[in-house]
Amino acid sequence: MGDSSSILFDVAIILVLVGGISLFLSPKTARSGNLVAAFALTLAIVVVFVRNDLGYIGAIVAVLFVGGVIGLAIALRISMTQIPAMVAFQHGAGGLAALLVAFLEVWRGSALGIPAVQETAGLLGLVIGGATLTGSLVAAGKLSGVLDGRPKQVRGHTAYLMTLLALSAAACVWAGLASGGAVILALSVASVFALVAGIMLAVRIGGADMPVLISVLNATAGFAAAFCGVILGSTLLVACGATVAASGSVLTLVMCRAMNRSVSNVILGSGFRSKSRKAVVTAAAGAAAATAEPPLELLPEAESADPCVRSAAALVAAERVVIIPGYGMAQAQAQFQVVELAKELQRLGKEVKFAVHPVAGRMPGHMHVLLAEANVPYDQLIEIDRINPEFPATDVALVVGACDVVNPAALEQEDCPISGMPILRADQAKQAVVCNFDEKPGYSGVDNTLYERDHTIMLPGDAKETVDRLLAAVRGMNEEAPAA
Amino acid sequence: MVEIIVLLGVFVVAVVVGYLLISRIPQMLHTPLMSMTNAISAVTILGALLLFSHRPTGVQVALGLCAVVLAAFNLIGGFAITERMLRFFKKS
Repeated sequence: MGDSSSILFDVAIILVLVGGISLFLSPKTARSGNLVAAFALTLAIVVVFVRNDLGYIGAIVAVLFVGGVIGLAIALRISMTQIPAMVAFQHGAGGLAALLVAFLEVWRGSALGIPAVQETAGLLGLVIGGATLTGSLVAAGKLSGVLDGRPKQVRGHTAYLMTLLALSAAACVWAGLASGGAVILALSVASVFALVAGIMLAVRIGGADMPVLISVLNATAGFAAAFCGVILGSTLLVACGATVAASGSVLTLVMCRAMNRSVSNVILGSGFRSKSRKAVVTAAAGAAAATAEPPLELLPEAESADPCVRSAAALVAAERVVIIPGYGMAQAQAQFQVVELAKELQRLGKEVKFAVHPVAGRMPGHMHVLLAEANVPYDQLIEIDRINPEFPATDVALVVGACDVVNPAALEQEDCPISGMPILRADQAKQAVVCNFDEKPGYSGVDNTLYERDHTIMLPGDAKETVDRLLAAVRGMNEEAPAA
Repeated sequence: MVEIIVLLGVFVVAVVVGYLLISRIPQMLHTPLMSMTNAISAVTILGALLLFSHRPTGVQVALGLCAVVLAAFNLIGGFAITERMLRFFKKS
């Protein structure tokens, strides 16, 4: 662990990093938080160069430069829709870095005879890092569309996965007992089993569960780094790795809670199939039925045969509009059209808010980033608990590319796959307008009962075109009747 | 042995503090949070660098340099992309 001054330095860096993360408590200060964290880590790296007599300095600086430039180039070019794929890929890079460091340290350590606890930690870092690498590559492939995004499963999937992990653990024990060249062989075998296990873990997760997978990989990359820290005897590595692991775990739990499913159900179960779902099915169903009042003052267009005209009329007559974007909106790249419609409605004096379900995107918080990029101020992005009480007083709920997260079946049906999942109460608004691609059920496979309600207008088709038509209709109506 | 107990203590404290802190971070910042923590996990770069102070063999040098390039990719890429995302978050 080195002398006391280096421990003090590590502690100082850790405190600065924790300070940086705390700045993420508010979107106002988050940017400084990121810069503070980047500064702390840069300082830590510089100090390693200054304090240690490192060999191969030229080569190290060269690869630092190459890695940094590639990272920067990709970071500056990637689109916000592709962020989840990029982050998943980076979890993989982190996993491989941890695998290599663990491999090298166990290899060196076995010759030096390091304590068994440290060697065990190194081996854990190796296995977790390896599984994180391949799991992340599969996730990145699915998220970027290179691989089919649907979950794939073989018979006895969990048994295969457990066997692979057991074999990897056995090879780790072998590495611990062996000496000389056999250690390298054993470590290589352990790595290969871990790599295959990572693939097995990730292929069975897909579709709407991707936010959980990417969060889990965030956590495992952190754990791998922390375990590398134990074998290296570095307080800084342990603290950083453990913090990242905690962060990934929190996000995993947030995502699972938002779907009312357990972590093991997502990771080891096959999609939506858990039984023990305690009903949040309280009086909600009754409340929903009571709210179907007719919309406000009716424009002549409100009786139109064209659902798009009827929707536009509802929007023009409305005072309060809540927009509910889902991943379908991002898929159709319709966020800029949706925001333009929102701005038009605001210009007409209407109150417009965006209701974002936690699992609306492809990773935690993804939808917020997409909307922020499209210039929606963050104080208009409202989370589920704060927006739901407002739906009964909402004139129009505009759903764009969201299905399961607005499906009242989650509250009304006891035994369906999404029972008990918290939903955005579009069904409670006076009018719901749904701009989804089709009327098919969402990822869960449950028919959306919102579609059947009297006060719901369906506008099937590509969200980008639908919203454009809606915007044109709203503008047209306003030119005819500028009194609004 | 004392060293190891201290490290395990640091691990536990960091998990608990991290959990309590991160649970309070608003959902709208979860994506930038994940890309930033991803950059922080590239702290393994320190381990890869320290290897070069121990007279590594040729294979070890090669593997160590691979680890450095990957961690540098994560570090710079992670912080840069987080900065890009956070710049979008504006108040009305």
